[in-house]
Amino acid sequence: MKRLFVAIGCALCLSVAAYAAEPAKAPAAPDAKAAVAAPAATPAASAVAAPGDAAKPAAAPAAAPAKKKEIKADKTITITMFAIIIAITMGIVVWAAKHTKTAADFYAAGGGITGTQNGWAIAGDYMSAASFLGISGLISLYGYDGFMYSVGWLVAYITVLLIVAEPCRNAGKYTLGDILSFRTEPKPVRAVAALSTVTVATFYLTAQMVGAGKLMQLLIGIPYKTAIIGVGILMVGYVVFGGMTATTWVQIIKAALLMSGAFLLSILVMAKAGFNPIGFFDEIVNNPAIQDYTSKLVLKDGIILNGLDAGQRFIEPGLFLKAPLDQISLGMALVMGTAGMPHILMRFFTVPTAQAARKSVIIAMFLIGGFYILTTLLGFGAAIHLTPQGIKAVDAGGNMATMMLAQKMGADISPIIGDIFLAFLCAVAFATILAVVSGLVLSASAAIAHDIYVNVVKDGHADQHEQVMAARITSLVVGAVGIVIGILAENQNVAVLVALAFAVAASGNLPVVVMSLFWKKFNTAGVIAGLLVGTIAAIGLLMVSPNMTYPKAVAAGAKKTIEALEKKQAALPAGAVLEEKDAKALEKAQKTYDANKDGSSMVGLDKPIFPLKNPGIVSIPLGFLAAILGTLAFPSRKSEEMWDEIYVRQNTGIGMAKAIDH
Amino acid sequence: MAEKTYDWAAIAKNPKFVELHHKKTAFLFGWWIFSTVYYFLLPIGAAYAPGLFKIQVLGHVNFGYLFALSQFFVSWGIAIYYAHVANKDFDRLTRELVSELH
Repeated sequence: MKRLFVAIGCALCLSVAAYAAEPAKAPAAPDAKAAVAAPAATPAASAVAAPGDAAKPAAAPAAAPAKKKEIKADKTITITMFAIIIAITMGIVVWAAKHTKTAADFYAAGGGITGTQNGWAIAGDYMSAASFLGISGLISLYGYDGFMYSVGWLVAYITVLLIVAEPCRNAGKYTLGDILSFRTEPKPVRAVAALSTVTVATFYLTAQMVGAGKLMQLLIGIPYKTAIIGVGILMVGYVVFGGMTATTWVQIIKAALLMSGAFLLSILVMAKAGFNPIGFFDEIVNNPAIQDYTSKLVLKDGIILNGLDAGQRFIEPGLFLKAPLDQISLGMALVMGTAGMPHILMRFFTVPTAQAARKSVIIAMFLIGGFYILTTLLGFGAAIHLTPQGIKAVDAGGNMATMMLAQKMGADISPIIGDIFLAFLCAVAFATILAVVSGLVLSASAAIAHDIYVNVVKDGHADQHEQVMAARITSLVVGAVGIVIGILAENQNVAVLVALAFAVAASGNLPVVVMSLFWKKFNTAGVIAGLLVGTIAAIGLLMVSPNMTYPKAVAAGAKKTIEALEKKQAALPAGAVLEEKDAKALEKAQKTYDANKDGSSMVGLDKPIFPLKNPGIVSIPLGFLAAILGTLAFPSRKSEEMWDEIYVRQNTGIGMAKAIDH
Repeated sequence: MAEKTYDWAAIAKNPKFVELHHKKTAFLFGWWIFSTVYYFLLPIGAAYAPGLFKIQVLGHVNFGYLFALSQFFVSWGIAIYYAHVANKDFDRLTRELVSELH
């Protein structure tokens, strides 16, 4: 732990030096030229705007009291911090590469990670930039609902702790396929398990890559493609050379940076409220900007609230999450899906015993939970000190709330500190992205190299050297594909991809993992039916859900604009023309209408068939049902005979030496 | 490494193992169901009992906020309680079982 803090200390010192070396550099100008409004990784963002549309001159002043329209990190300081993170992590990769000789080293760090280390690594693996920036942003814009949204991400770990962590450590080796193929036909089961792992990892990786690209673009002005390629090269470097050992330490460092950043910022926020939590809430409720913002927000629903009532409304539910069934469906995907996420499951193979696995989940729960509680302070703090209007002016999804808060809190002490603090948080976001994508690439590579290549193609006959080679080559390919997908998916909706990854993990992976561990009759047919039906149901429902773009609905919206503008024109005196602004809007709406009026969604629909944005509430029961029906339709004596073995193993860890033997 | 072979069926019938797995199953699924129900009360309550969530308890802090916050402490509580029971009971039974086999 000590070295981490030394590293952070060094980072700060060096940045100060870098700043001092270039005194001419002015802090971000308050009258910034362009409004950048590309939503990054946020659960709230609806459609990700193309950067071309977003970078419009900020001609019309918003109603917001804050004039600043963009957040610009000081490049010198930020790049210095990035360089330090890259240098430290590369040092770890060199060290880890020397210790990575066998497949067990590559996939599971030789089983030599301690419970505490693994706890930090799980936290680092799990908390993505979306939870770091997105949730505090949601709180800063929608108050209570943002906080409520964050709860499910922690509660999910109860399932991990009670149901999957220890049995997986006792019964598994490197991958999901290892657990599922224990008492079934190994080849088909491994192939399907690998397919499902790669599916989940691809959705989640794409979401992270797109988020990373947008974030880097927004924060330090690196072009989208450059950011994706840069992040991609680093992630491939960590995984290919350092395997699980390097990935683990990158995740630990990231978790330490993230926790210290959130902690420091929370202290500054609470210091302003005199460390009085009740006073802090008084500040929220009494803040005129929040009152004004909330009363406008509820006015859309036809409710009139003013003054204190409006301020109080900000800390009551229902400003953002207005579809309870969708919420419950998302909650189910989180509570079940986290325990079915391949990159999370894989972390339990890195510890030597079930006790260490248990300890690691508990440590991770305290870190993750503590982080989300701090996030509340950050989100509300941002709302108080920067106003929701000001946050929205910088990024419509609120993703920059934490960053803006860091700059403001630091600058209140001294402008230099504001810049350094902002640069530090940019570096944290950068480390966050690297840690999460590395874990995903590793889990996808393990599924392909270990399950498909070694166990299906080579029948398990591959020596250590060949296994490690296969793992490295696969990681390289997976990483390269990840970069390409990241670039192609620039305009994809990140929130949908994240929801999809969790839904597939919850509907496909979790039912079969649970039944493998707890149901005697469970067999090959059950695994295959459960995985396929769960995965296909989750993806299929999403394809016909309101998440997709429905051109006819877009055209209908454009039609309304056209009608309104035409009415306006008709009302004008003869000969007069519309203002330039309106004329342009009319032209644009006309184009949108023409382009969309005859279109249909990706699967040829005019409007969604499935009413919810989150498919979990239907697809999870379908996954369970398919697994049960498949099992009962094709009973297997072998699977039942081997039940005693897996059940004793998963409960006691007897015979586990085999799993970590190398 | 030469592998020791175990008679899994015999271990599965060992009274120590039976005790372990009965205790464990009851504990794990019982608390999992509790935590899940407690969690889903949050979105359900926020949607269908907004009046309750709006009641101000401490200054401007309302019931809804405290209930959401309590989710964190309940989760941590279950985690600590589980660690306590597992370290005390489950691990002890496992150790006794393993030593009986050697």
